[in-house]
Amino acid sequence: MDFPSDSENCSFDELFDAEGCARPHGTAIVDRLRTLSADELVVRQQAADAYLHDLGITFNVYGDSDGTERVWPFDVVPRVIDSSEWETIAAGLRQRIIALNLFVDDVYNARNILKQGVISEDLVLSSKTYRPQCVGLKPRNQAWCQIAGTDLVRDKDGEFYVLEDNLRCPSGVSYVLANRELMKRTFADVFQGLSVSPIEEYAENLLRTLLDSAPTHCDQPTAVLLTPGIYNSAYFEHTFLAQQMGIELVEGRDLVVLDDHVYMKTTQGLHQVDVIYRRIDDDFLDPESFRKDSTLGVANLMTAYRRGNVTIANAPGTGIADDKAIYAYVPDFIRFYLDEEPILNNVPTYLCEDESQRKHVLANLKELVVKPTNESGGYGILMGPQSTHKERLECAAAIQSNPRDWIAQPMLQLSTVPTIVDRRLCPRHVDLRPFVLHSKDTYVLPGGLTRVALEEGSMVVNSSQGGGSKDTWVLHLARDQANESRHVRVVAKEGTC
Amino acid sequence: MLSRVAESIYWMNRYIERAENVARFIDVNMYLTVGKNDRLSDQWQPLISTTGDDEEFCEAYDGVCSRENVLNFLLFDEGYANSVVSCVKRARENARRVRQVLPLVVWEQLNLFYHMVCQAADRRDLARIHEFCEEVRLASHLLGGAEDATSSKGEAWNFARLARMSERADKTSRIVDVQYFLLLPEQERIGSALDVLRWTALLQSTSALMMYRRQHGRIVPDRVAEFLILDPLFSRSMYHCVLAARNALENAMNSLADPGNAAQEATLRTAHGRGRATMQQLEQLADSMRRTKVKQIISGGLHEYVDDFQQQLNDVGESLSDEFFAWRAERDAVPMVAREQYQS
Repeated sequence: MDFPSDSENCSFDELFDAEGCARPHGTAIVDRLRTLSADELVVRQQAADAYLHDLGITFNVYGDSDGTERVWPFDVVPRVIDSSEWETIAAGLRQRIIALNLFVDDVYNARNILKQGVISEDLVLSSKTYRPQCVGLKPRNQAWCQIAGTDLVRDKDGEFYVLEDNLRCPSGVSYVLANRELMKRTFADVFQGLSVSPIEEYAENLLRTLLDSAPTHCDQPTAVLLTPGIYNSAYFEHTFLAQQMGIELVEGRDLVVLDDHVYMKTTQGLHQVDVIYRRIDDDFLDPESFRKDSTLGVANLMTAYRRGNVTIANAPGTGIADDKAIYAYVPDFIRFYLDEEPILNNVPTYLCEDESQRKHVLANLKELVVKPTNESGGYGILMGPQSTHKERLECAAAIQSNPRDWIAQPMLQLSTVPTIVDRRLCPRHVDLRPFVLHSKDTYVLPGGLTRVALEEGSMVVNSSQGGGSKDTWVLHLARDQANESRHVRVVAKEGTC
Repeated sequence: MLSRVAESIYWMNRYIERAENVARFIDVNMYLTVGKNDRLSDQWQPLISTTGDDEEFCEAYDGVCSRENVLNFLLFDEGYANSVVSCVKRARENARRVRQVLPLVVWEQLNLFYHMVCQAADRRDLARIHEFCEEVRLASHLLGGAEDATSSKGEAWNFARLARMSERADKTSRIVDVQYFLLLPEQERIGSALDVLRWTALLQSTSALMMYRRQHGRIVPDRVAEFLILDPLFSRSMYHCVLAARNALENAMNSLADPGNAAQEATLRTAHGRGRATMQQLEQLADSMRRTKVKQIISGGLHEYVDDFQQQLNDVGESLSDEFFAWRAERDAVPMVAREQYQS
C-alpha cells in the first residue's frame, strides 16, 4: 500500500519528514503498511469496525435523531511517538498537574497567588467555574484533581503545545484501552518485534489513585464510580472503567447521605462509600449545594465531603483552572509554586478581558481562533481563517458585550497522521490527550487518545463533531536501530523513499 | 449488589426467557396448521390467547387472525411489549445499564442476539419463521450457558436464575391453560390421529415430549397435565420451576455467608430480614403443589388452578421487588451491612 505524496501537506506529519521519508520511529509501521495491499488494509479496518459494533463500544451525541449510541470510530493506522520525546512530555505533564493542584488549593484557601498579584482576583472570582461552595475545603494530599486529560497539539514547527488541561471529568481513556485491544486483535503482526509502552496498567493505577485518596480513617476503603446514566455521551467509559477496576457503578439515586456519611443501596442493606470517582459535573452533584433541580446527584453530598467522610475525585471546584482565561496563566503558576520553568508550553493566548489584547484580537479575527472561556466539545469556536464575514461580525459583538468570556489564539497547524480514507492512506490532522493520575504520586499514561479529524483539512477532532481515533504508540527505539534508520534514510534519498 | 443492578439483572433474564418461550411455542404450533382446511381463526387464535394479550392484538390488527398478522404480532411487532423483538430489546436495555457487572461474553452474546433480532424484524421474512425461532432459542441457550460458565454463583447469578424460573413457570402455565382448555372439548376424539397430533404439540411447546414418553409412555391427558404442572424433575414443569426459584432465592439471600458457617448464616438472615416475606410465599406455593394430586386439579377446574397459580407467582414477583429492589426510607435508612461482608 502506498502513501500518497505529501507535497501539498504543509503540516508536520507524525510519520514522515519534509522530504517524505519515514521518521526513525515511523519506519517500522510504514514498512509494515507498505507490505499490505489496499484490500488487506481495508479488511483489517472492517474487522475492527465489526468488533466495535459487536461489542457495543459506543458513545452518544446529544441531539442525535437516533437518540442513542454511535459505534466508536477507529482507524487502524497508529500514531507513533518516540519514547525519548515522550519522556519530556511526561515530565511536563507531571509538572503541570502538580502546579495546578497547588493553584486550586490556593484559590480556595490562602489565596497567596492572588494576594501577590500574579493573577488578578477579579479574573478568578468572576470565572463561571469558580465555586464558592468549595472555599475552605482540604482534600487529602491537597489533591483536588486526581485525574486530568491534557489536550496537546503539535504545531508545524514540530513542537507540542498544551491546548487545555481538563481537570473535571476528562473522558476518552476507555477508548485508549479499547483501541489498543483492537489493534492487538486486528493488527497483531504489526506489533511483532516492536517495543511499545504498555497501557494496560491504567485501571490498576486509577484504582490505586482513588483508594490512596480515601479519608485517612479507612483501612479498606470502598470506591464507586458515579455516573449520570445511560444517556450520557461517555456512558460506555463509565461502565468500562468500573468493570476494569471492579468497583460499583452507581447513579445518584443509588446513594444516600445519612449522618453525614455516604451509603449505597444494596440488596443487603446500606453499605458505606468512601471514595466517589464522579463523572458528573459540579453543578449536578448535590441539589442542596449546587443546582437545585438536579436529579443526578446526591442530596447533602457536600456536607459529607466537608466533614471529611468521603473523598470526591475530582474534587468540586477544579473547574476554575479549566477556564481558558486562567489557563493562560499556567506557566506563571509553575514558576510561582515550583520555581521552575515550564517544560511544556501553552499556546500563546490573548485575553479579551485586557483592553489592548482585545483590540488586537478584534483587528485580527481572520487569523485567529476565538474561543469562549468555558465551553467544551469544540462548540462556540470561531476558526478565523475559515470563517465568513457574518460569523466574524457575530463573534466581535459577543466579545464586545462580554470580553471576560473570550480568548483568542493563533491558528495552529495540527500535525497529521496517515488515515484510511476510501481505501487510500491520506494525511489527517490529529491531537493528543494523555491522561495523568495524581494523588500520593503521579502516573502519566504512555501515549493517550489520538483524535483525528476525518474530514480533509478539518482540524475539529471531537467525536461529537465527526472525529475519529487512533491507537497511540510510545515506541522504544534501540539507539542502534535509530542510527540504522537514519542511515537508510540518507541512502534512500538518492533513489525513492 | 446494588438494588438497581439486581433489578436489571432480574428483568434482563425474564425478558430473555420470555422471548425464548414465545419462539418455541410459535415454532411448534405453526406446523399444526399445515395441510388443514379449518377456519383460519381456529388455527391461529390459540397462539394469541396463550399470551393473554387478545385485546391488544385485536386492536392492532382489526381482529384479523391471519397467519401473517399473528406471526408479525408475536415475533416482530415493536409496538407490542411481549413480542420477541421487544423482549430482546428490553433485555439488552437492562443489560446495558449494568454491563459492568456482566461477564464480557454475556454482554457480547446478548448484543449479537439483539442485532440478529433487529435485522430479522426489519426483514420480516415470513418464509423463514422456523429458522428464526430456532435462532432465538439457540441464542437464549447460548446466553444461559455463557452465564453459567462465567458467572460467580453469587447474588447476581441467583437473581438471574430466579428470574428465569419465574418466567418459565408462568409461560408453562399459560401453555397448559390454553392448550388443555382447547383440547378438552375434543375428548370424544381421544386416541384419534388428530388428537395425538395436538397433544404431541402441547408437549413439544414445552420441549417435554421426549421426557414425557420416557416417564409415562402413551399420551393420557391427565398424565400430561400432571407432568407439566407437578413433575418435580422436568425442567419446565411449573412445580420444578417453583422449587428452583425458591432455591435461587435462598442462595441469593445466603450468598454473603461463609458456606461453612451456619451460625453466621443465621445471623445474617435474621439481622436484615430481607427476602423473608418473598421466601415465605414461595415456600407456601411449593408446599401446596407438593401435596396436590392432578385429580384434584382437574376436578376443581384446571383453568381456575392455573389462574390462581399465576396470581401467586405475580405476588411473589411483587414481594421480591419490594424487598430487594425498592427503596423505602422508613424501612431501609439504617446502615446494617458489616463492611467485610459486602460483595458486589
